[in-house]
Amino acid sequence: MTGLWVALAALVVVAVFGVYRKITDGRARAAKKAENVLDAEQLGAPLGSKATFVQFSSKVCAPCVATNKMLTGVCAKNAGVTHVEIDGEDRLDLVRSLGVSRTPTVFLLDALGDIRFRFVGPSKKLEILEALASLDEVPEPAAVTGRRHARQPQVIRGELAGNGVGGAEFEAA
Amino acid sequence: MSSPTTHPSTAQGTSTNTPAAPTRPRPGLVDVRGPRFGAGVTSVLLIVTLILGPWPGVIPLAIQTLAFAAGAILGVARQPYGLFFRHVVVPRITPPSEFEDAAAPRFAQGVGLVFAVVGLIAVTLSLPVLFYVAVAFALVAAGLNAAFGFCLGCEMYLLGKRLFGGSRTSTQLA
Repeated sequence: MTGLWVALAALVVVAVFGVYRKITDGRARAAKKAENVLDAEQLGAPLGSKATFVQFSSKVCAPCVATNKMLTGVCAKNAGVTHVEIDGEDRLDLVRSLGVSRTPTVFLLDALGDIRFRFVGPSKKLEILEALASLDEVPEPAAVTGRRHARQPQVIRGELAGNGVGGAEFEAA
Repeated sequence: MSSPTTHPSTAQGTSTNTPAAPTRPRPGLVDVRGPRFGAGVTSVLLIVTLILGPWPGVIPLAIQTLAFAAGAILGVARQPYGLFFRHVVVPRITPPSEFEDAAAPRFAQGVGLVFAVVGLIAVTLSLPVLFYVAVAFALVAAGLNAAFGFCLGCEMYLLGKRLFGGSRTSTQLA
């Protein structure tokens, strides 16, 4: 009898945790001030002239491959945007200083190398494109909160929900 | 014991392009649906284990432990549920279209193996609480994989490196 309850409790944990993850994974989160800047030297690769996606991956990470593919595609369609993939195991210094705890974790850097957004978990294309578009806005130190940016993509998702194609139109616009 | 001659490096090239079976395009890759199917079977066995309690739940737990061990040691391609999926399930459904590196599910099997072994030890030492906790953790991980495609064990990999890893120079991906 105990076991039945333990099993049910475990399944409830699975459902709650799984749904929470589905909702929050890949969401654009405005970077905290402490995350600051990354330069080409730290990255071991040049920054994009407009923006740089820095993706932390690991060898045992299936969703990292999908995120890599998606970001590569986004970079191909947006001039000046580059993508750097780092095996976290090789750069534990950055992993620790940036507080990366899961893979994939993606940082979006602006032209100056300022970390502007963090995406934890498998990236969602719409969130990525929305964050990329918002880089042109001048960051207002007081207004840049996770809350504000986390909400914006939801509106877009709602608007595009009817056509079901995802980010294609948004990208073409 | 000594190998008679050193073969030229070309003899042991890993990138041989031998034509593989249609269900396995290239070694080191697995159909993404395989590990998820396996996680479903694992979840069922672990639920049965919990419901039966330490005894006779130790029987399905022992079976699951062997399956985890096969996946972790022999690789997911030779994990029994994976074999069943490839030879019995796949021919009846659509052919595989998406593949993933076998390293991630293999690592996850190893994490599952640790929990399962802890569960078995708990039974032999008559520690029911430890038994329930260990099996419940394994069930949560397997359930998340089966229902949502999440690989908790894989996510813990980098965290583990971050906590315990020194500055060991890792080998480059070949």
